[in-house]
Amino acid sequence: MLQTSSAAAEPIVRVSGLSKIYVGGHQALKSADLEIRRGEILALLGPNGAGKTTLISIICGIVNPTSGTVTVDGHDILRDYRYTRSAIGLVPQELTTDAFESVWSTVSLSRGLFGKSRNPAHIEKVLRDLSLWDKKDAKIKDLSGGMKRRVMIAKALSHEPTVLFLDEPSAGVDVELRRDMWQMVRDLRESGVTIILTTHYIEEAEEMADRIGVISKGEIILVEEKTELMQKLGKKELTLSLSEPMTAIPAELSDWQLDLRADGNELHYVFDGNAERTGIPSLLRRMTDLGIGFKDLKTHQSSLEEIFVSLVSDRGRQ
Amino acid sequence: MSVGSFNRHGVAAIYKFEMHRFARTLWTGLAVPVITTSLYFIVFGSAIGSRMTEVNGVSYGAFIVPGLMMLSLFTESIFNASFGIHMPRFTGTIYELLSAPMSAFETVLGYVGAAATKSMTVALVILATANLFVDVHIAHPFLMIAYLLLMAATFCLFGFIVGIWAKGFEQLQVIPLLVITPLTFLGGAFYSLDMLPEPWRTITLFNPIVYLINGFRWTFYDTADVAVELSLGITLLVFFVCLFVVRWIFKTGYRLKN
Repeated sequence: MLQTSSAAAEPIVRVSGLSKIYVGGHQALKSADLEIRRGEILALLGPNGAGKTTLISIICGIVNPTSGTVTVDGHDILRDYRYTRSAIGLVPQELTTDAFESVWSTVSLSRGLFGKSRNPAHIEKVLRDLSLWDKKDAKIKDLSGGMKRRVMIAKALSHEPTVLFLDEPSAGVDVELRRDMWQMVRDLRESGVTIILTTHYIEEAEEMADRIGVISKGEIILVEEKTELMQKLGKKELTLSLSEPMTAIPAELSDWQLDLRADGNELHYVFDGNAERTGIPSLLRRMTDLGIGFKDLKTHQSSLEEIFVSLVSDRGRQ
Repeated sequence: MSVGSFNRHGVAAIYKFEMHRFARTLWTGLAVPVITTSLYFIVFGSAIGSRMTEVNGVSYGAFIVPGLMMLSLFTESIFNASFGIHMPRFTGTIYELLSAPMSAFETVLGYVGAAATKSMTVALVILATANLFVDVHIAHPFLMIAYLLLMAATFCLFGFIVGIWAKGFEQLQVIPLLVITPLTFLGGAFYSLDMLPEPWRTITLFNPIVYLINGFRWTFYDTADVAVELSLGITLLVFFVCLFVVRWIFKTGYRLKN
């Protein structure tokens, strides 16, 4: 795709002051702002109910905004809906398909709905890329959950969108499909498609995204380059199950700021997973020297919930 | 990338999808009106009709044909159009329709066009079946088809509204069974208003279905209980009221986008 340099610098999606209050009174979005760069993979991280799906639904035209504006490629989503909706493909979170239709006809139908003339060669390519070609005549109700997910992706790609939204793409997806899906996302990105995905999993965002946005309680808290954010989120915790419970932490271990839990049966140590020196080998050596034995050890990465708590409270202090 | 000013591929996609849905149940869809019509003719036409005099110069069996067609046209139109839009809302597949570059007009054209095609087909099958039992003369065949089309469109629009208003499948049944079918039976589908004593005759004149059925019967036999211009006027009024409500639904996003 040929672009002038100014067009390339212009965000493909610009969300300004977007709010949504549902008829029941629930406020799902509070004046959200977001700029999505042309050709990037943006991951939106957030707990359930944070407003991820509402944000996507408004951009795609499924939900009316209460206030605020969204433009796609410079076109307003309400005034120029034909343009913006033709440019967007959406794979929603829920598996919703027309049970009695065949794979081929449902994907062809999607292409028609989005205003494109028939193109069997393109549909064939999409189905082959998603390993659905041998199922093209099967009724959707006879497919497995993973296959249905593939069908939904095929529907979203049927009209050759330039912006693709994947809402919780790895929910209930097996390893093989996840691998295929990520390969496909990378290929699409290579061809110039902008991809926005929502997820609960930091690992997923880490593996796929160029930038990560964090959304909580209807607000976009931050949008950062992945590498910068991962450093902030690098906090890890080591748990040692002791052979013998202890009543107090020996003074010789005070360098590590340990925490004694589970009635003196567990030692907890918080460290930076991205740091050169984690302090773990020296801690274990010192414990051996002191004759403190342990039965088991495990490390744990801060959960998203914990990260949110720290992000939101950091933000509150500023 | 741009779709232009009219998304004909989108309209065709909805129309084909809906017609495909009807095709899956083609045989029951056509057997039901044929059997029902035959039953009506055995009961009303032969058993009761043989003891009836002519109504406005038309044999009773022939007299009830337009009413029978209307009864099925109303219920089929409402059922098919309401189910067509309610089902995607129920299963969630409506996300795709809402995110597609389709105007309200195009969406309605696809759904209502398909539902009207089906209900008109059923009405014409009833006409053909009735022809096996009685001689049906059609005084104004073109006007008959035009009137049939107008009423199919009206009631399919009405069904579309019901399909969006309904919160569940039971509610889809409520309007046709509790409102439309009684009004049709009481609206002179099987009798002339002249057969009614007062005050029922006057009360009946407040039922809009009376005018629809009489207008349609006029295209067959050139006679009606009410003025044909009045019939046409009320039919158009109902059509535009439905059109206005559908327009309001899309403008506000009622039960679709809120």
